[in-house]
This record gives sequence, structure tokens and C-alpha cells, in this order.
Amino acid sequence: MSCLSRDQEVCVMAWGDPHESEVLVGSVNGTVKTFSTDKGIFTATRECGDPSQGRFTGLAVTDSSMITCVESGLLKVWKEGSTETVEINVGNGICRMQQNPSQRHRVATGGKENPLKVWDLERPDKPIFTAKNVAHDWLDMRVPVWVRDIGFIPDSDKIVTCTGHHQVRVYDPSTPQRRPVLEARFGEYPLTALSLPASQGTVVVGNTHGELAILDLRKGLVRGCLKGLAGAVRGLQCHPSLPLVASCGLDRFLRVHSLEDRSLQHKVYLKSRLNCVLLSSRDLESSSADVSGDVEEVKAEEDEVWDTMETVTEKTKKRAAQKDEATVTEVDGKKKRKLVKK
Amino acid sequence: MDSNEATTSESVSKKKGKTKKVKRKVKHDEAPVQEMEQAEGEETEKKSESGPCFPPTFSVSEIKNKQRRHSMFLKLKEEKRKAPPKEVPKTIENQRIYDETTVNPEDEEVAFDEGTDEFSAYFNRLTNPKVLITTSDRPRGRTVRFCEQLATVIPHAHVYYRRGLALKRVIPQCVSRGFTYLMVINEDRKVPNGLVLCHLPDGPTAHFKVSNVRLRKEMKRRGKDPTEHVPEVILNNFTTRLGHSIGRMFAALFPHDPQFVGRQVATFHNQRDFIFFRFHRYIFKNEKKVGIQELGPRFTLKLRSLQKGTFDSKFGEYEWVHKRHEMDSSRRKFHL
Repeated sequence: MSCLSRDQEVCVMAWGDPHESEVLVGSVNGTVKTFSTDKGIFTATRECGDPSQGRFTGLAVTDSSMITCVESGLLKVWKEGSTETVEINVGNGICRMQQNPSQRHRVATGGKENPLKVWDLERPDKPIFTAKNVAHDWLDMRVPVWVRDIGFIPDSDKIVTCTGHHQVRVYDPSTPQRRPVLEARFGEYPLTALSLPASQGTVVVGNTHGELAILDLRKGLVRGCLKGLAGAVRGLQCHPSLPLVASCGLDRFLRVHSLEDRSLQHKVYLKSRLNCVLLSSRDLESSSADVSGDVEEVKAEEDEVWDTMETVTEKTKKRAAQKDEATVTEVDGKKKRKLVKK
Repeated sequence: MDSNEATTSESVSKKKGKTKKVKRKVKHDEAPVQEMEQAEGEETEKKSESGPCFPPTFSVSEIKNKQRRHSMFLKLKEEKRKAPPKEVPKTIENQRIYDETTVNPEDEEVAFDEGTDEFSAYFNRLTNPKVLITTSDRPRGRTVRFCEQLATVIPHAHVYYRRGLALKRVIPQCVSRGFTYLMVINEDRKVPNGLVLCHLPDGPTAHFKVSNVRLRKEMKRRGKDPTEHVPEVILNNFTTRLGHSIGRMFAALFPHDPQFVGRQVATFHNQRDFIFFRFHRYIFKNEKKVGIQELGPRFTLKLRSLQKGTFDSKFGEYEWVHKRHEMDSSRRKFHL
């Protein structure tokens, strides 16, 4: 605990490899640490920029290189081993950078007054797609742009974004139309996080009031709301195969909801304000009464939820690595016990 | 043990008495005596202090020997006095659902969090509090007087007229002039009903509902006006993590070192998610007796939302929002 400080606040997390054995963690002070899930400790640290350029807004991994993006718009591709980087300036005020899971050399960026742009890392000078702002509203005034989170719809070219002006928009780069194909609105507060569940045609969004909603992407209607959160949603992730969504936020709780009946499955109190959550694609294993199950089961527990790194925007501390992972099984065991009680 | 010994002696004497007594009475006594002996045999092994077991139809009045009857009666009376303890009545506070965010005093994560959060500058004695009190636009009589009285209760507080200014523009000016708190009293129908408390450099903003405001002249048996001394602060019953944050917010309103010469104390008492504010002057008459006079305004607060960052109700991120239908479904669940 004594080795922690507020500038180690975690901004982004990503899986380091397709086997999900490593987690890359980006902090406010510009370092990206590699955490090994097998060993349970941080194995490597890398200096990727400095705090003056802003916080990390995106972290991704392609074949052998790491892509980082900061708020000032500097997108860098760090190659393994060599110090040279490919740099792209994507504009100022970036809120999010997201990688296309099927075409790993494509990334999308967006931010405040910075429209959605899709970049191909092999041709870094110009974006392959830049979104156009919607037409003027009914008062003939320009509609402000504030892209908060981006998601790539699997099996198609489409991109869905959520904005700080409580809009959810779907763009299709394969069509010549640069304006959004679909626009939906939800609530009155900025939408902060977005995630695409395994089932097609829906998206889960969360806003700063702690309202989570499932929206239908065919018509743009609200399918339902997930209840329980009391604080702003900072991290949201759907399980790759099961109908579950994990959410974390400023109210210091990690919650897992089921998408079918929109009920709360699990709730874990983690003592700091949470920033990101990362789910593994392992199947959920229902916790049975016997806590003496195999080590594997204990680990998987409900989700391999590496919500460990919680933090608040300006302040936060990261849970000490030792505490976290030296006691992987303990932590999970505790969670398991908690869940069993529930 | 004594009862057992007494009974053994009684049984012995009863055995002796059997021969003298009439047959009917002998039968009467035999049964209990035998059972007493059996019971004693069992009980000396099992229990240490239980009296002899009597059959349920036995009553003290059936013992014909006056002295023995009297002693049994006294024993029964003694037992009744030592009867089961009075039951503790169930109250809503007793039955409160355990909140998992309750702070454990030894928790080092929470200690670290609090040591480095927005209030750490105050608690590390790096800044002194300076409060700006204002209202919503065009306040009416009660609110104005309430603000003035609040300014006497909180040291280094300044009341300013709102003049219809936007809070988002007021805040940078306050920061540049060294204020640490902005307190906005919202008024509805000539009565204060809301309070926005914003910690200034970049701190959290809490929005409360204010009710039951009593100004000084409405208080019964009140003392003279508060003096300029720095009061002590009492924060009661802020147990959960959210309660801790709010408690620290209130604590940071007042300067660090209270002047005990002034004998004034401001209390924020949290009960069932309502925060009661009282301002008293105390005097110790002797070591055990205190006299208190209530001065100053009294009001009740209820937290509606806690927002991270300075006041920005549209785009700010909320740490906690009161959602009535989700959070108020149970009468025994409280959040502060």
C-alpha cells in the first residue's frame, strides 16, 4: 500500500495476448504495465509517454506491437523490442480509442469536438473513414460532437458510438453515407460507456447517473434498463459468449447483470472508485457450496474479472499488485464466498 | 449447591418426618421427595445451580410445614426477581441491514484513499477553510436570515448576493480568491429547501434537501448569539464509505483547532440517512453534569447526490445518486 500513489491510477486495461494470459494496464503517469494472470504479478513496465499529454484513452495489441492513444491525440504504435514508434496525430481531445477485434490493424478514435475517425495503421497519414456531423437541429444550430465510447459491431463494418449528449449512433463506413445510419437517444445525462453483447442487434450503454440500458440497434429503441448502480458507469463489458454484462463505476461496486432477464446476478464491493473492467472469455462457473473446488474453478469463479485496477479519474490508487494477485485465489475465494451468501 | 444441600437436608428431615406424619401427607411428600432425589442426582452432574425439579402440579402452598413452606416461597420470589432479563425492543436502527460498505477503522485501503483524496489538503493542515454562502436568485426573508445565521455559525464564512450569476462562472472566481467551499442555499416559496455544498479546488459537490429550518428567534429557551470562537464539531454515525465522505465534507467546513474557551459545538448527527444539524453552547457544572443551551439555527439535511468534481449537474459524473424506487424499497436499509 505504501508504494501506491495517485498517479498510478489505472486508465485503460487490455488483454495482452489472444490467450488472455496477460493484462496490459495503462496508468496516469504514462507507464504501461504487463500483468501476468498465471504468475499473479506485474512482469514488465514500459514508459509510453508522459502525463503532460493527458491520460491514456486506448490501449490495444496487434501481432507484436502495442498501440496507445492519449488525450492530446497522439496515437503511437510501439513495436516489440525496438524503440521506434509510428506516430499518428488524431486530433485533440480524444476520449476513446478502440481497436477492431476482427481487423486488428484498424482503430477508431473519437472525442470532444473530434468526430469518429477510423485509421488503418498501415496507411497512417489519413483516416480511412471520418464521420460527418449530423444536420443542424430544429433551431438550425450546429449539433455539438462528443464521442465518449466506440464499439465495433462484429461480422460487419459498422461502428457504434455513444456521445456525451446522450446519443447513440451507428456508422457504416462501407456505405458512401458519412452521417450516422442510426441515431438513438437515451436519458438526459452523458453516456460514458458502451459494450456489445454476444447476441447481435443490441448494445448496452451506461451514463453518469448510473443508468444502464440495453438499446436495440435495429430500431433505436430502449429494450430495458439494468437497475442497481448508484454512481457513474466507468467501465462496461459484456461477456463474449454468455448473456452477462459486468459494470463498474464510481460507486465502488462491481456488478454483473444478466442480459436476458435484466436481473442483478452479483455485486462485489471494491473499496475504491473503479475505472475499468475486463472480462475473460472463459465460461462462468457457478459457484457451488464447496469452496474446496479445484484451483481452476476458484480462479474462474464467476468471471475472470480483472476489475482489480480501480481508480478515480484524478485520484485513485491501484490495488497493490502483491495484494491483488499474490492472493488471486483468496480474492476470488472471498468473492465466491460473498456470492454464495447471496 | 446451597439449594441442593438444603434439599438434601430437607429430604433427610422429610424422611424422618415421614414416620411422624399422617399417611396421606406422607404420600404427598414422598412423590416430590423421590423425584427431588432423582432430580438432584441428575442435576448435580449436569447443572451446577438449578433447583430441584418439581412436577408441574406442585405449588408452594401444598407444603404443610410452615417454615419449610415459607423458605420455599422466599426462594421462589428470589428466582422471580432474577427472572429473564428485559427484552431489548426492536427498532429500525437495531434492525438495520448490514451495509457492506461500512468502513472498518483498520482498513488500510480506505485509509490510503482518504489520505490522498480531495480533502487531504485540509486534513494535512495545508489549507484553511473559507466558505462562500449564497442563495438561489432573488431570495426572500427566511432564506436571507438563514444565510446570515449560518455565517455566524461557520467561521470565515461570507454571504454574497447571487445576482443571477451562473455557478459555473462563480466557481473559478472563488477558486482564485482562495475560497475552499461554496454553499448555495436553494429557496422555494420563501423557504430554504436545498443546499449545494461544493468543495472548491476540484472537490466533490454534494446536493442536499433541507427541511425543518428553525431560525434563532423561533428557538425556545435559546442562549445568546454565538460568539466568534471556533466551535467544536461532532459528527455522529457516519459509518459507511459514503457517510465517511460526507462526514469529511462537513468536517472540512470548520477550522482545525476549536477554541474551547468559546464552549460552542456544532453537531451533525446522522440517523436513518437524515443529518441533523444543531449548534449548542455547553457549560460543565461539575465533572458529571453539563448544561447546554441551543443557539443558532437548526436544520435537517438529506443527501440527494454526490457528484465528483465541482458543480456540473449536466455533464458531471455522479458518485452517488439517490434513486428513490431502488434505494427506498426497504425501511431498514440506509446508505449513509
